[in-house]
Parts: sequence; C-alpha cells; structure tokens
Amino acid sequence: MAHSETVPAAGSNEPGWQELVGDWSADKQTFQVPWGKAMMWIFLLSDTFIFSCFLTGYMNVRISTPVEWPNPSVVFGLEVFGFNVPLLLIGIMTFVLITSSGTMALAVNFGYRRDRGRAAALMFITAAFGAIFVGMQAFEWSKLIIEEGIRPWGNPMGASQFGASFFMITGFHGLHVSAGVAYLTIVAMKVLRGDYEKKGYEIVEITGLYWHFVDLVWVFIFAFFYLW
Amino acid sequence: MSEATGQQHPLKLYFVIWGLLFALSTASYATDFLEHGYFRWFLILTFMFLKAGFIIAIFMHMKWERLALIWAILGPPAVLLVLIGLMAVEGDYTELTRRDFFSAPLAPTGHAEAH
Repeated sequence: MAHSETVPAAGSNEPGWQELVGDWSADKQTFQVPWGKAMMWIFLLSDTFIFSCFLTGYMNVRISTPVEWPNPSVVFGLEVFGFNVPLLLIGIMTFVLITSSGTMALAVNFGYRRDRGRAAALMFITAAFGAIFVGMQAFEWSKLIIEEGIRPWGNPMGASQFGASFFMITGFHGLHVSAGVAYLTIVAMKVLRGDYEKKGYEIVEITGLYWHFVDLVWVFIFAFFYLW
Repeated sequence: MSEATGQQHPLKLYFVIWGLLFALSTASYATDFLEHGYFRWFLILTFMFLKAGFIIAIFMHMKWERLALIWAILGPPAVLLVLIGLMAVEGDYTELTRRDFFSAPLAPTGHAEAH
C-alpha cells in the first residue's frame, strides 16, 4: 500500500466496503479525485434530478390526459424521395451525438498522453458535432412550429400537453448542448495554447464528463419521448 | 501527480464501446417499427439501460472510480423511483377524474334539475 505524499490514501485500500467506509470516515477528503472532477460529478447529479423531474412531469401529463397522445413516430417522420421514414431526423441526431461522445472519449485519452494538439483537435470536432446537433434541432423545431402548428398550449394532432412537454424537454437539452459547444471550444483553445502543461490535463476529462452527460440525457429522451 | 490520477486506458476499448453504442442505437431505432406493447417497451428500456451503462461506466470512467464516488453519484438518483411511482399513481387518478367529469355525457342529476 503506497501512500502518496500529496493525496493521503484515506482508510483502507482493500476493495469493497472497507474502502467505501474508509474514504467516508477518514476525516480527510472523501473523493480522491481532483476537486474539479468531484464538483463536475456533483453538478451532473443535480442536473440528473432536473431532467428526471422534466421526464417524470411528462410521464404524468401523458398518463393523465384522456385525449390520444400524438404518435411521435409520425410527427417526427420525414418524407425522403416520396417515402415516409419515421423518426429519421431524430435517428440521425442520435448518431451525431454518439459520434461526438466517441471523439470526446478519444480527446480525454490524448489529453492524458499530453498530446495536446490531438486532444484539442478532437475537442473541436466534438464541438462541431454538437453544433450540427443543435442546427438539426433548430430545423426540427421550425418544422414543428411552422408546418405542423404545434404550440406549447395545443396542437392539431392530439393531447395539448404534447407541445409543452416537447419544447420543455428538448429545449432544455438543446440549451445544454449549446452550452457544451461553448465550453468545449473555450477549453480546447486553452489546451491548444498550452495553458494546462503544468497543471495537467484533468480539465479535458472534466469537460468530457459534461459532454457525455449531455449524450446520456439524450439516450433517455430518445427512449421515453420519441420511441415510447 | 497528474499521471498518477489520470484515467489511462487503451484506445481499443473506446473504439469497441463506440461501436457497441452505434449498434445499440440502431437497435433502439429499429424498435420504432414494432407494434406498441410490452415487447417493444421491454426492448426500448433494455437498449436504453445498456447504452446509459456503457456511457457511464466506460466513457465517463465510472468503472475505475473508487466506491466512495460511485455511491455518492449513483445512489441518490434511486430516490427518483419514489417520485416516478407517485406521479404514475397521481396521473392515473387525474385521468380517471377527467374521464368522470369532462368526457362522459353527464347523466341528469339533482344539480341539473335545480336550473
């Protein structure tokens, strides 16, 4: 058991419950990770509760309405060469976000290898995919508002709670993606400039945690709002 | 110090998970062509939890964190199950009352005669 000078290993390093109890009862720092990472995790935990409340609210209004819920498969379908493909745009958006999560994971890896050129490049690519996602969402919103006449207080297809749930949930998620694009771009520029050569590249992983979380939320929105 | 705490894993792992996420996304998209029902809902939830699990465990490196952090982050969301359960019951109740008062043609009652 090697105890490092800077971060004393709290309690036991035995895997299992002893490690957990040791970390929490050692009268020292509980989380043996850089403070920024612990704080990002706690922020993401609070964000989990926000999105869960939105999704639970959506579940509640969808259960409670006696009016037929509009079929997302049809509402979000696109006509391509005369064929009606269900959920086409949403499917593409899902793949765009998954791709961006992959490039982000690689960026974290190259960051820890101190290959700051590649780390920054991959972060810029991730941000670009995020921007594409937001662009597609803007297209989807305009189509729904202008062509389909969906409003937060009603729509021609069915239950009037559809619009409110949709704009609220996807709007808040889109806001997270937009903020993530800005966050990624700023950190990537600082990485490229060499600002973290002394401090180390945990910041890339912390930024990555936020980005993966945005992807994670989309997994739940896709399942519960678009597929259900 | 940063080298000691940093998460360093072979690139191959990320590519494998990336591919898996793509496959799972395709599979969950494909559920949209199934009929609505328990089988479809089961598949939607299965693919959703698998995707979420891979993202959290591998991409967010939760698998390699100490238990103190894992429990602090993954434990609290469990209470959300209570909220979901309560809101599902509440939703059913609201629907019943709405059907009772809004949609069914009102049978003549003592109140109606008062007019």
